[in-house]
Amino acid sequence: METVNLICIGCPMGCPMTVTLENGVVTGVSGNTCKRGDIYARKEVTAPTRIVTSTLRVTGSRTGAVTVPCKTKTDLPKNDIFRCMRALAGVTAKAPIHIGDVLISDVAGTGVDIVATKDVL
Amino acid sequence: MKHDLIILGGGPAGLAAAIAAYDAGVRDLLIVERDRELGGILNQCIHNGFGLHTFSEELTGPEYAARFIEGVRERNIPYVLNTMALHVSPEKAVTLLSRTDGLQTVSAKAIILAMGCRERSRGALNIPGYRPAGIYSAGTAQRLVNIEGFLPGREIVILGSGDIGLIMARRLTLEGAKVKVVAELMPYSGGLKRNIVQCLDDYGIPLKLSHTVVDIRGRKRVEGVTIAAVDAQNKPIPGTEEEYACDTLLLSCGLIPENELSREMGVSINPVTNGPVVNESLETSVPGVFAAGNVLHVHDLVDFVSEEAAAAGRAAAAYLENGETARREIPVRFEGGVRYTVPSTIDPALVRDALTVRFRVGSVMKNRIVSVWMDGERVQKKRRQIMAPGEMEEVRLTREQFDAHPGLDDLLIRVEEA
Repeated sequence: METVNLICIGCPMGCPMTVTLENGVVTGVSGNTCKRGDIYARKEVTAPTRIVTSTLRVTGSRTGAVTVPCKTKTDLPKNDIFRCMRALAGVTAKAPIHIGDVLISDVAGTGVDIVATKDVL
Repeated sequence: MKHDLIILGGGPAGLAAAIAAYDAGVRDLLIVERDRELGGILNQCIHNGFGLHTFSEELTGPEYAARFIEGVRERNIPYVLNTMALHVSPEKAVTLLSRTDGLQTVSAKAIILAMGCRERSRGALNIPGYRPAGIYSAGTAQRLVNIEGFLPGREIVILGSGDIGLIMARRLTLEGAKVKVVAELMPYSGGLKRNIVQCLDDYGIPLKLSHTVVDIRGRKRVEGVTIAAVDAQNKPIPGTEEEYACDTLLLSCGLIPENELSREMGVSINPVTNGPVVNESLETSVPGVFAAGNVLHVHDLVDFVSEEAAAAGRAAAAYLENGETARREIPVRFEGGVRYTVPSTIDPALVRDALTVRFRVGSVMKNRIVSVWMDGERVQKKRRQIMAPGEMEEVRLTREQFDAHPGLDDLLIRVEEA
């Protein structure tokens, strides 16, 4: 049996929770004071994911912008975050760029696209 | 030059106020923005988590701003960029300065203050030690990384656990810097729980509560800082000092509403919020001058800035239509750990369907009831499992509650033990 300690992010209570697992399967959640804590804890210990946001270099902007903010279009497994960031490092995007434009498709083989989060003209 | 309405600031508050004022019938209006683009601080807040309340989705800062900038463009609401408001007279004459138009004075019938806030600086914090390069406010570092494209340092210590500091701890880590520690003077963090977990815990960055920076070393560039534990009076405890080698110190120690212009024009300032004292219409002590967003009181969530600013926009439109009207000023009293309320006074006759009163408490409190009393009668209560200084609270007063208390002269918001 394995146990993982977590702090719930559902509300300012920040309940300290303990999740017990048996061969990677959740067998119990304790310490939470509501249902939301239970749901968060189960996902967080089995398949934690995050949206990654960053910036890319830009060339050719007529407004003088040197960066364009971007994000992963969907959640990425937490373990892939740094692999994703390394893949963004050398990339330069060309203006004009519009919100939602795919700047890198299938970043670092994760199957997730990097999209622009701002118009850069 | 003359306008019916001038809005000072083109960030989230200014944009939402302009759209709401336009939709309420104001056509002769102008947004004044000092930066090179609309959107304000949202442009550098590239992380996600904005707009959950307003759009039921998690947007990044620039995406949230874009929705309101689009709203301004669709309505052809005029705005000027790269333009600084230097002075506003009590008669509502606004002095503007820009490279293209030089110095000009524009008068307005109504003004909405939407200038936002500033970060507390090293000078305001009285941190001892040398004054080398490498000390930044967290927001300055955020602008350098996300907009200018520079990494301000490689080995970082952060003082203060405000949300911008937490967000930057993650951002700098993702860009390859090493964030060694976040020190927080208070025994609790001023940041959102979600940010502590996703920005610090995710990356193994330690958070030291009840700790502060007691020395900064380095002549030309920061070489290290000393952190010590503090006692209940926030005094450093001798013998607890720890040295951290670093090239950069970020400060995330609170935000102060930016009210130089407001003060010059004679607007009364609430010493608790450092923002204008306002009534139910978000109108300041100068008739026809309204305030919303972080210039009024510092918010945690932009959604509430937009909501508040829209109310200010509608109130400015009503002022332009009706002019100054006779009004009552019933003070909003508060007890039980509430530090302030916005608004400070209410004229029940001027509340339309409902009025949102926002407030903060002064310490972390568990198992409480927030109740509203009108002339000694409790008209509503809600249970709160936990209340914290870092999370803004609100109560909604309804038209029916005011109607049930004609001639109201005592309004009380009280936090009680459950």
